[in-house]
Amino acid sequence: RYYEYMFGHSRRRTRGRRPLAARAEPELFQLQVVIEAGDPGCDRHPQLSSSEAYRLTVTEPVAILKAYEVWGALRGLETFSQLVHEDDYGSFLVNESEIDDFPRFAHRGVLLDTSRHYLPLKSILTNLDAMAFNKFNVLHWHIVDDQSFPYQSIYFPELSDKGAYSPNLIYTPTDVRLVIEYARLRGIRVIPEFDTPGHTQSWGKGQKDLLTPCYKGRQPTGSFGPVNPVWNTTYDFMTMFFKEISSVFPDEVIHLGGDEVDFSCWKSNPEVKEFMKKQGFGSDYAKLESYYVQNILDIVSSYNKGHMVWQEVFDHKAQLKPDTVVQVWMANNYAHELSSVTGAGFTAVLSAPWYLDYISYGQDWKKYYSVEPLKFPGSEKQKKLLIGGEACLWGEFVDATNLTPRLWPRASAVGERLWSSSNVTNLQDAFKRLTNHRCRML
Amino acid sequence: AENEPSWETPCTELLVYVSTPGCDGFPSLDSKESYKLSISKGSMLLSAETVWGALRGLETFSQLVGRDENGTYYINETEIVDFPRFPHRGLLLDTSRHYLPLRAILETLDVMAYNKFNVFHWHIVDDPSFPYESSTFPELSKQGAFNAMTHVYTASDVRTVIEYARLRGIRVIAEFDTPGHTLLWGPGAPGLLTPCYVGKAPSGVYGPINPIVNSTYHFVTSLFQEVSTVFPDFFLHLGGDEVDFSCWKSNPEIRAFMTEMGFGEDYKKLESFYIQRLLDIVSSLGKGYIVWQEVFDNDVKLRPDTIIHVWKENAMQYLKEMANVTRAGYRALLSAPWYLNRISYGQDWIEAYKVEPLNFEGSPEQKALVMGGEACMWGEYVDVTNLTPRLW
Repeated sequence: RYYEYMFGHSRRRTRGRRPLAARAEPELFQLQVVIEAGDPGCDRHPQLSSSEAYRLTVTEPVAILKAYEVWGALRGLETFSQLVHEDDYGSFLVNESEIDDFPRFAHRGVLLDTSRHYLPLKSILTNLDAMAFNKFNVLHWHIVDDQSFPYQSIYFPELSDKGAYSPNLIYTPTDVRLVIEYARLRGIRVIPEFDTPGHTQSWGKGQKDLLTPCYKGRQPTGSFGPVNPVWNTTYDFMTMFFKEISSVFPDEVIHLGGDEVDFSCWKSNPEVKEFMKKQGFGSDYAKLESYYVQNILDIVSSYNKGHMVWQEVFDHKAQLKPDTVVQVWMANNYAHELSSVTGAGFTAVLSAPWYLDYISYGQDWKKYYSVEPLKFPGSEKQKKLLIGGEACLWGEFVDATNLTPRLWPRASAVGERLWSSSNVTNLQDAFKRLTNHRCRML
Repeated sequence: AENEPSWETPCTELLVYVSTPGCDGFPSLDSKESYKLSISKGSMLLSAETVWGALRGLETFSQLVGRDENGTYYINETEIVDFPRFPHRGLLLDTSRHYLPLRAILETLDVMAYNKFNVFHWHIVDDPSFPYESSTFPELSKQGAFNAMTHVYTASDVRTVIEYARLRGIRVIAEFDTPGHTLLWGPGAPGLLTPCYVGKAPSGVYGPINPIVNSTYHFVTSLFQEVSTVFPDFFLHLGGDEVDFSCWKSNPEIRAFMTEMGFGEDYKKLESFYIQRLLDIVSSLGKGYIVWQEVFDNDVKLRPDTIIHVWKENAMQYLKEMANVTRAGYRALLSAPWYLNRISYGQDWIEAYKVEPLNFEGSPEQKALVMGGEACMWGEYVDVTNLTPRLW
């Protein structure tokens, strides 16, 4: 595909072409790609610990791209494709170069939300291409939420039967496999998020007795709240459900959500209130939330998966596994939150300043570019625990008609911030390169 | 059973009756767009005085047709009498900040028709580029377009737009904005723009159109002669906004002229001097004109049938401007609260919807001078990759 990217779209075809004079200049015949590891990883899936470093030497007659693993070769190929340019006569040129490159942060992600609006497969795949152009390596697939449940589950087909917007607005197992493989070929991990116990209205449509019935006095109102944490059946369901998720999604990490749990429905439910008393939680429903989350973490751990959670899970003092990744999303004083999370010894991923769904007029890419993720009070050791960040495009006002122009090239600013070294901060220089890059992406 | 809907014999025909012929003409500010739609068992009738009304009624009719679960198309019995509140309902596209390929313009015209817009305000040239291919002055686009071969509107392109619009009842009002906003007119028209000075020497930078040399007015006459024939609508938009006086002030010849004319230090008088001559030229070509509000604000002597385009927005001051413009007896167009290029998060359509154009202090006669308004999509951050989802 890189051959097509470099030579397929000759922009200058419309200008008059002059005959090619005999060229005495050096010519580049070949780009040799060398992968040094015994197991290059071509049949595996990328991981957080994958090596993405590469060395690119462009000189006549053969250029060499060396990487330890195939993932680094992919990054180097993207760079090489950016170095190739066309002159006025339609010749392709590349400057002699020596590049030694590797990412600053290992987790560089984009969050897509396919619940608020369904995104057709084509949109997701186009987006994966754009991510590869910007060296992103994680697709955080926020696949279900309150509004709809498009994930077609094998064990629980009713979930999408009743919970999707409509029967054709779903992701079948084949669709999911396609996304995962398309991503893999671009060195992109797919981390699915099945957000509970809040953000689960759509789950209740296809799974009776999962969500908490809300009460008014002694009567159920007919509406439902978060997942019910007191019933055993909840954990039986989750055990089966996450067994499926763990086998469908090959990445080592599953995102379990845990954000914005509204306690009011729990507070109204007599069984829940009874449970609170029995457990000695008093009136601190954060403890109930943590009780639930801890159970889920145990379930998922039993399938040998790591987890990512939104910051509330940490803030509400749930007992996390030592390798849990905490995603910091609340914009207010996020530096302070990063200190707390890493200070407690947990790895963190930053999203708070990068909610790209919050559009505004003008060149807002600059404010995303100017974020310095490590600008928080903490020791060297703490700063090492910030493994990267994610640009989030929540779907309340986004669907296939506007996804691409809304996300790109604004997300490119985040991509560079996460890959390049901390001293690459000049906005004028970035502007020049970003304008070229945008045209290239088009 | 009693409650089953009785499907009557299917209606196969919508009869369209237009009382005044005019299919070969162009829509105008005075066109009547009223229509009547009568849907009943056995007959569907759309009647309008003009074909433009029939177009509006056809759009409504298309919105009334539904489809049930069995795939059957149906329409409810209905009686509609409809006409627009304002006769000028426009959309501005900016093809200078970013070139918009023909298909983007045509697609926009389609969506305009779905929303009963009837004016396409084509802000075709400006500082960043001059894509309009002029037959009188071919150098303008040769030197001023982003790419003289790929990023221009040929005479044929322009004709295509005008006809595509006409078939949808949409007027095309071209804007050739002067004397400011003309930077890329310069390369193709040497001597047109004012050379700016630093001290006694020209700095190499250029400013607005030079208002003191006769060649300017020869150029303007020739250009607008062409524009007047190319664009059939009675109105041309002449711009006149945001003229930066600093370059004029720096130029010694202009300063001398100011003294000669007794303008003192009031460069608004020089701007008026230019605009008045421009308006005379355009009138003599048999066209009416629309100008941005600065032309009114700066006390230029205008003809009574000038339309003033109100665009400055800060804390609802535009309502005061609407009052002032109409009190002075001029017709007005409102755009200030409808700069759709200024995107923001969430359902910002609500703010645009809540605008009440006549919500200013004035007599009924004043309010009758409000012709309508225009949604503007300035092109600083807009091109074909994001125009449609940003605008609609």
